[in-house]
Amino acid sequence: MRLYLKFLGIHVRSAMQYKSSFFATVFGQLLTSFSALLVIFFVTERYNEVGGFTYQQILLCASVVWAAFALSECFFRGFDMFPSMIGNGEFDRALLRPCNEIFLVLCSKLELTRLGRLIQAAMMLIYALPRCGVSWTLPRILVLVFMLLGGMAAFSGLFLIYAALSFFTLDGLEFMNIFTDGGREHGAYPFAVYGKPVLTLLTCIIPLACFQYWPLTWLLGQNNSLLCALAPAACFIFLIPCVLLWKFGLRHYKSTGS
Amino acid sequence: MKGYLSLFRIRVQSGLQYRIAAAAGIATQFAWGALRILFFKALYETNPAALPMELPALCSYIWMQQAFLAMFASWTVDKDLLDMISSGSVAYQLCRPMDLYTNWFIQSFSNRLSRMLLRCLPILLVAAFLPYPYGLLLPKSPLSFLLFLISAPLGGVTVVSLTMIVYGITFFTLDSRGFRTVIFTAADFLTGSLLPLPFFPEKIRPLVQLLPFASIQDAPLRIYTGDIAGMAALQTLALQLFWAIVMVLGGRLLMARALRNVVVQGG
Repeated sequence: MRLYLKFLGIHVRSAMQYKSSFFATVFGQLLTSFSALLVIFFVTERYNEVGGFTYQQILLCASVVWAAFALSECFFRGFDMFPSMIGNGEFDRALLRPCNEIFLVLCSKLELTRLGRLIQAAMMLIYALPRCGVSWTLPRILVLVFMLLGGMAAFSGLFLIYAALSFFTLDGLEFMNIFTDGGREHGAYPFAVYGKPVLTLLTCIIPLACFQYWPLTWLLGQNNSLLCALAPAACFIFLIPCVLLWKFGLRHYKSTGS
Repeated sequence: MKGYLSLFRIRVQSGLQYRIAAAAGIATQFAWGALRILFFKALYETNPAALPMELPALCSYIWMQQAFLAMFASWTVDKDLLDMISSGSVAYQLCRPMDLYTNWFIQSFSNRLSRMLLRCLPILLVAAFLPYPYGLLLPKSPLSFLLFLISAPLGGVTVVSLTMIVYGITFFTLDSRGFRTVIFTAADFLTGSLLPLPFFPEKIRPLVQLLPFASIQDAPLRIYTGDIAGMAALQTLALQLFWAIVMVLGGRLLMARALRNVVVQGG
């Protein structure tokens, strides 16, 4: 952990060397999620509700998903860059170090500019919290935090799969974007909106709905089953096969030799 | 002229080599389109009367959008060109007996075209066989198809000239990451990539429709689905032509000014 903080410090200092570019990018990121927010606003203004959820409830849902995505992209960006790390032989160097290789990849990159999105998500959350019709008790707040953490775990797991697959393909797989970027973009609305098959897929195989739709119904009182409140736990369980896939890929790793 | 033509041919051919990447892209775009359609279907079921486009037309719009994504997506930039500007190797390009703007314009256009050619057919084919109302329909009439064939290249020219303006600005700022994000985010929103323009609130929609961004993909796609027809289609085409000319001239002017002051960095 101390080592990680040290890496963190290095990344922060290096980002601060290019201050104007850094803030321009943060601003750009803020704008990106702002336009996504406008889309939600336009749609709900016309329809009042989407799939039975009001504007404020969708904001709650979107802010949790976007915050979780921003956080995991901020800290797990190293895995997103991993294909190029294999490509240029950087990973061979990491393997030589007396340290866990997942940890080293984790430390290799920190994308602080994603804070722009996080700020936006936090503002949306603050706006939506008192207005979404939930009376906030301690268990409910805990579930909300649990959703956020679960979301981070789920997206991080997806980044890990993306990196692990590149052991075999040596190149990034655009297909994974459906779940990472797609999860962020389409996950602004509770996944039940997309119909049963999508919801089932995103519950049982890729647990994106486990930190989003199911606990959300519990928060909004549409569903009283405790199982729904604890659904984000599935996202942490999801990390296990992701790590196993990574380990499996690592055993088959052949350097590209460059 | 012959030089430019062969440049175009070389670029398209080299782009056509990346078939696996295209297959992955097709799968992604297909899933993406399907999710968007499911979303609009949910809206449609909430309140069918409030939908500004008919569901079948909307589905065709979304499939066409996915199929031609590589052509019309605003955020595709050529990393090589940007590196050339910031590293200074653009100097070599300037030595060649070719106009830099035309050269890069053709390069960007043909890159987009070859990526689109690889991707569009499978998506269009599968989408065409999906059950009604979720699939891709034939154009409303032969006339709208004809107008689409005029409108789509104009949209392509407009989007490429937008990226050319971004290259032009990069000459002044060198690191373009920040403002690039700003421009392309705005473009993504205003072209209707995130939400088709008919869904915008009535108050701002007429204004958005006049912007050059609307000429990029909103115009050709809605002409195809018959959402814009008759006189309105001709007006849209005229507006597209206007913006294509203005954007190309603006980009040329910007590039000429940038090159007059260009300082090549380092050896």
